[in-house]
Amino acid sequence: MTGIDWLILGLYFAFVLGIGVALKGSMKTSADFFLAGRAIPAWVAGLAFMSANLGAQEVIGMGASGAKYGIATSHFYWIGAIPAMVFVGIFMMPFYYGSRARSVPEYLRLRFDEKTRGLNAISFAIMTIFSSGISMYAIAKLIQTLHVFDAVFQRLGLNSSWIFDFAIIISAIVVLVYTFLGGLSSAIYNEVLQFFLIVAGFLPLSYLGLKNVGGWSGLKATLGPSYTHSWAGLSHANTNRLGVEWFGLVMGLGFVLSFGYWCTDFLVVQRAMAAKSMSAARRTPLIGAFPKMLFPFLVILPGLIAIALPTQPPVPSHARVVVGAEPPGKGIIPLKLDATSGQPMLDKYGKPQLDYDLAVPSMLLHYFPPGMLGLGLTALLASFMSGMAGNVTAFNTVWTYDIYQSYIRPGATDAHYLWMGRASTVFGIAFSIGAAYMANRFNNIMDMLQLVFAFVNAPLFATFLLGMFWKRTTGHGAFTGLLAGTAAAAIHHGLTLPAGAVVGIKGGWLAITHTYPSEMAQNFWTAIYAWSTCFVVTIVVSLLTRAPEESKLVGLVYSLTPKPEEEPLAWYARPASLALMVLAGTVLLNIIFW
Amino acid sequence: MGIDIRLPLGILFLLLGAILVVYGAASDPSVYGQSLGINVNLYWGVVLLAFGALMFGLSRRGARAEPRGENIPQSPRSSGH
Repeated sequence: MTGIDWLILGLYFAFVLGIGVALKGSMKTSADFFLAGRAIPAWVAGLAFMSANLGAQEVIGMGASGAKYGIATSHFYWIGAIPAMVFVGIFMMPFYYGSRARSVPEYLRLRFDEKTRGLNAISFAIMTIFSSGISMYAIAKLIQTLHVFDAVFQRLGLNSSWIFDFAIIISAIVVLVYTFLGGLSSAIYNEVLQFFLIVAGFLPLSYLGLKNVGGWSGLKATLGPSYTHSWAGLSHANTNRLGVEWFGLVMGLGFVLSFGYWCTDFLVVQRAMAAKSMSAARRTPLIGAFPKMLFPFLVILPGLIAIALPTQPPVPSHARVVVGAEPPGKGIIPLKLDATSGQPMLDKYGKPQLDYDLAVPSMLLHYFPPGMLGLGLTALLASFMSGMAGNVTAFNTVWTYDIYQSYIRPGATDAHYLWMGRASTVFGIAFSIGAAYMANRFNNIMDMLQLVFAFVNAPLFATFLLGMFWKRTTGHGAFTGLLAGTAAAAIHHGLTLPAGAVVGIKGGWLAITHTYPSEMAQNFWTAIYAWSTCFVVTIVVSLLTRAPEESKLVGLVYSLTPKPEEEPLAWYARPASLALMVLAGTVLLNIIFW
Repeated sequence: MGIDIRLPLGILFLLLGAILVVYGAASDPSVYGQSLGINVNLYWGVVLLAFGALMFGLSRRGARAEPRGENIPQSPRSSGH
């Protein structure tokens, strides 16, 4: 990093904090802080809806998967996000926004009962803390690996082993300051800023990379069809890089996991609830779907290019990467090194592993001169902070409204809850820091937690689908269904194992009854079993318990709610038109990259 | 509420664009070997400047329209919940 790069990074930080300061004066009620006063325009909410999910793990992880699996990674966008984003905008937002619920757990209380809300609120609150902790850990590791701060630390005479701690503290403080001051508005406005920065930092990277390898046709010629087709080969799990067959992909990823995330996760739904009107709320996910549809070209493509480039190019002097002395990786992706011995890590066949997570950072260092490099690294940091702020604002809302106001101290003044929102921002971030250090010390604990959360989340969409579209669904049915779905996920995981994996955290801890060709296939099928169990159990228990009173379900269930009135909008701006456009675009992309 | 995000967005990109254009024009051309001989700082800086100017312009137009426009009756409604 040279002076110009630091200038760009510093400018960005000044704006991020400035937005927080500018919004401080308008935080008068708890609704201003937690719901942005329900006054956000549709396009702003839409970009925030998309960027809240665009954390560092997304940018780094999608580039890594691009290098590993090829263009088929775009299924995570085209199958794994767009249909669900359209569904939540067209069919579910009328109930989320129309019920005036302040959070997703609160909708569950209105529709079902206290215990269903409590289950969702508590598991969600814990999960957000850990996800923001994990992303904090990921970025600190990245900063350490890329040696971003090394020169500064050397000049100041500080021990370079503090870089990890320094990276964690500095990022935590920045996110803390702007969410503490401006609440959800501040997070949303910064997400919009971050969205444009990510585009500004990554678009030239894809352009230069693609030009370098001779365009898409050059990439196809270098990598071969297994990297450059998204659907061809999906008829059987052994004939594609993902190791999944089309049914598992479409049902597991495209239906259960994707709808479970985009339609029920408060982290994203909160952005739409903050929109200024029903029509703006419905358009929020639809507007977010347009850039989402095109993002594979920004985040997945660099991964493919990284693996396609000739192995081990000269390392530019200003980019202080540690690849020089080591044996070459593949493309410009270095080998994965053991943290303690410094030796390459071997896979189960004794071959050295590639550090795919460095695909995108290596691309930045490879193509960008000083100046653009600063912009590219700023974009990476921006993506990390938008993902983290998303978790923090979702946490403080669920904590304050669904846990504190419901179970700890009901009936206090609004000013008290506003104060609690700010306080929970502080301790939420403090817990996240704790989680980041836990991830650093005990890798397995974090893996296990993520697994448990996957079990909790997988069945959720069945509950919402039944709750919103079948008025007979009861609170007891929903609650039992959720528990049964989670249990089914755990049992399925305990009975199966991906090929070549060791019994334990990867599965098979009860007995091995089935072996999946890949971990991804196992994950998708775990989700399918969890969803189906929850769906069936919820229906059966609902029919066995007393039906809910219909008068209480108005505004919460499809058949008892009047159709939302259409605002007078131009034909192309109506929710249905936006939905058709984005679906048509997605189908087209799938055909092009078949 | 609060602010029109297009204003800070416009200013940030005007500044980022200006920094990259000036640096791109002044820097030694040999550093662009790694970016395939293209002066990415200069060209991309111009694009960012244009985007910044557009956002800045839109926010100014929005601010002029506001006193007469539909935003006035909205502000009391949004705080009275």
